[in-house]
Amino acid sequence: MSESIAHHDEHRDDEGSKLGIWLFIFTELLFFGGLFVTYAVYRHAHPQAFHMAAQQLDVAVGTINTVILLISSMTIAMATTAIQKKDKGTTLILIGITLVLALVFLVNKYFEWGSKINHGIWPGSPLLDELGKGDTLFFALYFFMTGLHALHIIIGMVLIAVILVRVRKGKITHDNFQLLENGGLYWHLVDLIWIFLFPLFYLIT
Amino acid sequence: MSSSQTESKGYKSYLEEDGGRKGILKWILSTDHKRIALLYLYTMMGWFIIGMVLGLLMKLELIAPGKTLMEAQAYNATFTVHGVIMIFLIVIPGLPAVFGNFMLPIQIGAKDVFFPRLNLFSWYIYVLGGILVIISLFGNGPPDTGWTFYAPYSFKTGTNMLPAALGAFVLGFSSILTGLNFIVTIHRMRAPGMTWFKMPLFPWTLYGTGWIQLLATPVVGITLLMVAGERILGIGFFDPAKGGDPLLYQHLFWIYSHPAVYIMILPAMGAVSEIIPTFAKKTIFGYKAIVFSTLAIAFVGYFVWGHHMYTSGMSGAALWAFSLLTFLVAIPSAIKVFNWISTMHQGSISVEVPFLWAASFIFIFMIGGLTGLVLGSLATDVHVHDTAFVVAHFHFIVFGGVGFAFFGAIHYWFSKIFGRKYDPSWAKTGWITFFIGFVGLYGPMFYLGIKGMPRRYFDYLDEFHGPNIISTLGALVMITGFLIILVNLVKSARKGEKTTEMNPWGGTNLEWHVPTPPPLENFDEIPVIDKATYKYD
Amino acid sequence: MSDTTHHIVSYRTYALILLLLLVLTATSVAVTQIELTRWATIVALLLASTKSAIVLAIFMHLKFDQTVYKVMTIFVVLVIIAVIVLTFFDYGFR
Repeated sequence: MSESIAHHDEHRDDEGSKLGIWLFIFTELLFFGGLFVTYAVYRHAHPQAFHMAAQQLDVAVGTINTVILLISSMTIAMATTAIQKKDKGTTLILIGITLVLALVFLVNKYFEWGSKINHGIWPGSPLLDELGKGDTLFFALYFFMTGLHALHIIIGMVLIAVILVRVRKGKITHDNFQLLENGGLYWHLVDLIWIFLFPLFYLIT
Repeated sequence: MSSSQTESKGYKSYLEEDGGRKGILKWILSTDHKRIALLYLYTMMGWFIIGMVLGLLMKLELIAPGKTLMEAQAYNATFTVHGVIMIFLIVIPGLPAVFGNFMLPIQIGAKDVFFPRLNLFSWYIYVLGGILVIISLFGNGPPDTGWTFYAPYSFKTGTNMLPAALGAFVLGFSSILTGLNFIVTIHRMRAPGMTWFKMPLFPWTLYGTGWIQLLATPVVGITLLMVAGERILGIGFFDPAKGGDPLLYQHLFWIYSHPAVYIMILPAMGAVSEIIPTFAKKTIFGYKAIVFSTLAIAFVGYFVWGHHMYTSGMSGAALWAFSLLTFLVAIPSAIKVFNWISTMHQGSISVEVPFLWAASFIFIFMIGGLTGLVLGSLATDVHVHDTAFVVAHFHFIVFGGVGFAFFGAIHYWFSKIFGRKYDPSWAKTGWITFFIGFVGLYGPMFYLGIKGMPRRYFDYLDEFHGPNIISTLGALVMITGFLIILVNLVKSARKGEKTTEMNPWGGTNLEWHVPTPPPLENFDEIPVIDKATYKYD
Repeated sequence: MSDTTHHIVSYRTYALILLLLLVLTATSVAVTQIELTRWATIVALLLASTKSAIVLAIFMHLKFDQTVYKVMTIFVVLVIIAVIVLTFFDYGFR
């Protein structure tokens, strides 16, 4: 998404490249937006069931994951500062921490989902059928939205890993770092989505 | 910048540049926006012929009541695939993919779009989407849900919903990336001196369209994923047995698919806004009004989707809100029509082929638009919802709108694109034949709808027989017209009389100031703009 | 063309912002202990929106960027809200 155009560096347009990633971020907001509409509609229809079903989620894990993503947003933002200060070492460390935090998030998710599945709760499971419509819809949204979000974390990790390599190879430098900034923007988007997912699924108890 | 100047500088047309590649590779690996435009044109032509054949099969089935060629299941699959092809593979990529790609950079004084490789990638995934649609034709057979894929049937049908849904998803991505590319191009690559209000109207419509592509398409993307989740996992979003609401599917689907029609029509209107001043030899009337009405249509059009759902069971509040908004969105469209007519008034009209298409566009579009008000009004819609009236309405406005504008554009920009001339007599014959066939094909459907003939049925009551015969005959005439046009254009593109004339029509925009055909990077030097566009004085 | 690529946000600023975000997170968790009934959702969304605005403004640099990005972002958010509101013209009145 952040390809520089053309063939000479003086034609490179970082501002345009940044505009490109912002436009892509807008599409992602609408993409998840459809699911937020769905959440709003079904929560409105089954307020009690959603309230009860949310109690089956572990607020502590959710909070930890929220904290993890917020810290990772800070570290990737700091990485842009570091590269602007020509501090390649710090840049690499900060990007590395971001990646590690992302991985921890995914591991937490894996255990969270695993726990649910072990208790018989997964999309379309017979237990959900028994529990009723409100529970089915809550967990349909829970798995679908956190699953889609996790997919975006994975994509973000790949993007950030590529950026890490490019910083190491000196292809991203203090006067050519739009790719890093764009990767950071994408990562903040992933954080933003979670900022809304967290209260809507974990804090409606 | 005359052609003799560029010849002396070693001018080479973009068609002669091969980037060191041979054969098909110089096409499918090229990031030149002009070649990509032609890639889209050729693939879309292929899809259009397939879609048209499917339409013809439907008309042949409907020439008489009862089974003529096929049973209900085959008919359902036919209209579904016809719709999927025409919507997702033809009219949504439509003018932006072909003429937007070719003309946008040139019209704003740029060498290419902002992300040329992303542009080529958009075409690749366009092809991939088409392949997925083809895959859905085998095995359990193509979907029979209609192109609208309504739940719950779309997750219960035994036919190949998943490849079709995935195909539509991928095609949506192609559309998003094209819109993104064009928006950044327009923001960042306008020539020095080309302020926003000196930019021609076709790029303005591409700008508005780009925003709709960006903000509406993702919603259908997620909806299709949700249907996939329903089919694969039984997740419960739209299944009433699990608490889901099929109406929510309709909301989410139309939140995209209504704005989608503005993706289709805005660039078409942009092309008409280019053609009319040129053939009236007169400055466009109300340039700013057209710009603001373009943006108004894009914006208001985002909030009218419920008018596809009046009979579905929505609340009364939703009914009147959507109807009110629907009437509002008609206003900016009408403004454009006034401006086009006012441009022609006291102009010096030359009735060339592009003008014939643009003028007949206005006529057909008006009928399509006015019948849209019948549908937008709650009381009358109840009577004609899901009848042939709706089919007539959207073919008038989409096929009539986008189709006529597309034909107008290809005849307008033909020599610039191919460096050759077509035969104008054959083109005019094709136009009138097509026009008569078009009205004959779709006109009777208004009557049939009011009389109660349902849409998407392979059979009908005897009392509807007469107008159906007229309609089918109209189809045959229209297809004849289309073939005349197609053969004329294809023959001329390959072997027509060559031309290097830079400005055959006396147009004012930048594309008429570059060589015919343009060189690879369009301009030897990026021009500096001082006067407003469309100025004839 | 603005010099956003030259504007450097200090590590300290980012760290303070993180602190603020963590405080807001803690608040939203703590608030669930209070019986707010109908207001619970609104409070949760307000807190989430505040956190988002901070992320957008500082981490995502909107505060320091050209106005056009702020305008576009606000526009997109308003469109999403409008879609939800219009959808509830149906669901809120069934």
